Amino acid sequence: MAGSSQTVSEYITHHLTNLTYGELPGGFEREDGAIIGEGGAWVMAHGAREASAMGFSAIHVDSMLWSTGLGILFCWLFRRVAKKAETGVPSGLVNVVEMIVEFVDSTVRDTFHGNNKLIAPLALTIFVWVLLMNLMDLVPIDLVPKVLEVVAGVPFQKIVPSTDVNITLGMAIGVFILMLYYSIKIKGFGFLKELSFTPFNHWAFIPVNLFMEVVGLLAKPFSLGLRLFGNLYAGEMIFILIAALFSAGVAWMVPAGFLQVTWAIFHLLIIPLQAFIFMVLTIVYLSMAHEDH
Amino acid sequence: MNINLTLIGQMIAFVCFVMFCMKYVWPPILAAMAEREKKMADGLAAADRASHDLELAKQKAVERLIEAKHEAASIVDAANKRGGQIVEEAKSAAVIEAGRVKTAAQAEIEQEANRAREHLRGQVAALSLAGAEKILGAAIDQKAHAGLVDKLAAEL
Repeated sequence: MAGSSQTVSEYITHHLTNLTYGELPGGFEREDGAIIGEGGAWVMAHGAREASAMGFSAIHVDSMLWSTGLGILFCWLFRRVAKKAETGVPSGLVNVVEMIVEFVDSTVRDTFHGNNKLIAPLALTIFVWVLLMNLMDLVPIDLVPKVLEVVAGVPFQKIVPSTDVNITLGMAIGVFILMLYYSIKIKGFGFLKELSFTPFNHWAFIPVNLFMEVVGLLAKPFSLGLRLFGNLYAGEMIFILIAALFSAGVAWMVPAGFLQVTWAIFHLLIIPLQAFIFMVLTIVYLSMAHEDH
Repeated sequence: MNINLTLIGQMIAFVCFVMFCMKYVWPPILAAMAEREKKMADGLAAADRASHDLELAKQKAVERLIEAKHEAASIVDAANKRGGQIVEEAKSAAVIEAGRVKTAAQAEIEQEANRAREHLRGQVAALSLAGAEKILGAAIDQKAHAGLVDKLAAEL
């Protein structure tokens, strides 16, 4: 909850700030008054102002660690099942994993008709990884940051990687690169033709077509990444606001608790849905990249 | 909301995880599932076959049972017939034996009676001779009257 020394807006800002490690430019005055020397320095940011001053040469340590950690969890879990997977009667975790695999496999089969060994594992990775990252949203928002702050003195901590636009866009751009790769590989020159001659099949319209198609093409990864980010960021934001409500006085505890539970239940729907949408759109985009007209 | 190196880091992690999944996760799981599916199909087919076999075996068993019943009935019939025959044979043998025993007995009785008769006849001759002597008061010459006495004895 917001401590007495924090205002609500400080509390919210604190929760929306990543643990950032990056390069501060030379001459920058830090929060504690220290001035960065000539040539800049790589430091841990002490607040949102420093983090934004770092620009591109910074890394969100918390997002990166949580996302790779969850990715490794996914790999470890599924690898264990893959090793154990036998033809006998499956049980426990094997059942769950096989259910997910079967679900992803059938979704891929329904949507993607080409022959590509990459699509199904890609879809599985996206689905499970995004699901795990989204699930972090259900951990009480103050729990991990507070514990880390008290135990290890970590000043900022955002534990839901998918509320970091870098994470979602990183995956979306990865998918985009695959789209371009397969478009060019499968269609070759036809890809350029497709960009130039749709929707108006006349040479005079080539610039118009190119403009529209390129915008449409670029919109795909951005909508993909920003959709996931927006949903989870908004969800996280509401959790933060509800948590802030707890500090508004004893009278607010009951409605805040009610809101918390309601929103958590509703969010339980959003979490797998967004993971599923990300996966399905990836499959659809890649399937479009494979279709030669 | 700063775009920074995290983006690149995430892309690298993404590629690594997808490649790991593609190499070490997806193929074995799918292979195991496919194999299990095949095993289950085989198992179901085997079960079908087995129930079919069971049906056949039941049918065969019923046939065997009926056959066995028929056989048993015929055996019992034959045994009954043979038993009757044996009884008949024994009966007739007994009858024959009884007849034989009876004739033998009758013959013996006859013989006995004849012997007794002969004996009696002798005695009667002697008696009648003695009686005649007494009546006649004189001895009858045994030799002279032997023919007469024998004749008498034969008449008795």
